[in-house]
Amino acid sequence: MPTVAHFTHSQASHCESGVMSAIVRHNGLPFSEPMALGLSSAMTFAFLPFIKHAGLPLVSFRMPPRAIIRGLQKPLRFSMRTETFRRPQDGMARLDKLLNEGRLVGLQVSVFWLPFMPPDFRFHFNAHNLLAFGRDDANGDYLLSDPVLEEPVRCPPDDLAHARFARGLLAPKGLLYYPAKMPQEPDWKRAIPAAIKKTTRNMLRTPLPFIGVRGIARLARSVERLPVGNPQATKLYIGHLVRMQEEIGTGGAGFRFMYAAFLEEAASLTARPALTELAAQLVDIGDEWRNFALASANMIRDREPLEPMRLANLLRGLASREKAFFAALDQSVRKPQPRLP
Amino acid sequence: MNAADVPQEGNSTCAGHCKAVYARGADGRLRLVQSHGWAVEETVTLQAVHAFDELASDALRRVRDGQSSPLEYHMYRARMDVALLSQASGIWQWRIRRHFRPAVFARLSPALRAQYAKALGIPASQLSVAG
Repeated sequence: MPTVAHFTHSQASHCESGVMSAIVRHNGLPFSEPMALGLSSAMTFAFLPFIKHAGLPLVSFRMPPRAIIRGLQKPLRFSMRTETFRRPQDGMARLDKLLNEGRLVGLQVSVFWLPFMPPDFRFHFNAHNLLAFGRDDANGDYLLSDPVLEEPVRCPPDDLAHARFARGLLAPKGLLYYPAKMPQEPDWKRAIPAAIKKTTRNMLRTPLPFIGVRGIARLARSVERLPVGNPQATKLYIGHLVRMQEEIGTGGAGFRFMYAAFLEEAASLTARPALTELAAQLVDIGDEWRNFALASANMIRDREPLEPMRLANLLRGLASREKAFFAALDQSVRKPQPRLP
Repeated sequence: MNAADVPQEGNSTCAGHCKAVYARGADGRLRLVQSHGWAVEETVTLQAVHAFDELASDALRRVRDGQSSPLEYHMYRARMDVALLSQASGIWQWRIRRHFRPAVFARLSPALRAQYAKALGIPASQLSVAG
């Protein structure tokens, strides 16, 4: 079976943005990973205490899986074909057929069943994304490009089938995706402000108190209420927060650095130098998130006394800084108000 | 974060891989920089790994004392809980908990054993052996 021609693997900071930017680049449009995140308005904050995985609440620094896949269709004026399957054999046969046609195919997989992942990363996280670009005729291995790894990898068919058809929260159901139409260069001066406005709306003006800066404040309240008398449970909770923020595929600091890189790129594409200034502010906020991670880790390792209250205050500080930041960002992309006579 | 400050602390959980983060380069612009790991990440990853290891070794002790079945041990070894095993295997949670009783587990049909083994990603012959 031939491999997809002219495909080059490049390492990225996050799986879905890495996969989508690679697909767009492969189809002839120069496109960076931060641009995939920013243009699809996928950076956000969500704290959903009623969705639990292994007893811990869902905390996310980005929109739900597939947001980047779907969100890029409108600005880049193309369409992504997505397919899911009931039976694994159907899903694997379809993948073979698409690879035979020479297509680059995106796949949603569970990290746990991927043999090439470091053992300590193999948890039941179902919303990982990677690219398939060929198959080795000699032993049937699939040739995969996992954007969070440095090099392309190989995966035996049985393991890949298991990973694509894992069940549980956010089950992939064998999801595969590829462009049905070629992406086109957007009108940056319209597409970028529109995407930024969507992000600021998500961060500042959602009706639900779990999303955006209100979600960060709500998380602060729940951290403050953690029992000091039960250090084991408290440490597990704050460790979970840091994992969601810093672990593989978040670009560090919960996507804040990557979004800052998007703003820098946006500044030159839209000729709005104010965005460069705002990018610098967001990098500072990202560093503050890393301070939160550092303080949490020190408490987990008993290098500092376990004080949920201090962590809650750090989160409150972050909530108010992000509130001010996104308000300023919102202002900067709006048209100047006409002066009243 | 400046590119020079990107942690290169050699995180043991990455098994030699490095990840990529965006950081400020010498020219003042953000770019992708490889990181060989941060002690903070290592701490929280190991915490999660050890939490399951502990549950598995607890279960193993109970299996040896005759208070639980090897199924519970294998569930934690696969980093699952009852809810996830139920979703992965298609077996109701209360049935799984019932199968944690050694006497019930011993009478399990080959079909159910195969169903569990498939969900846990182990050969069916290994299911009744703990440790």
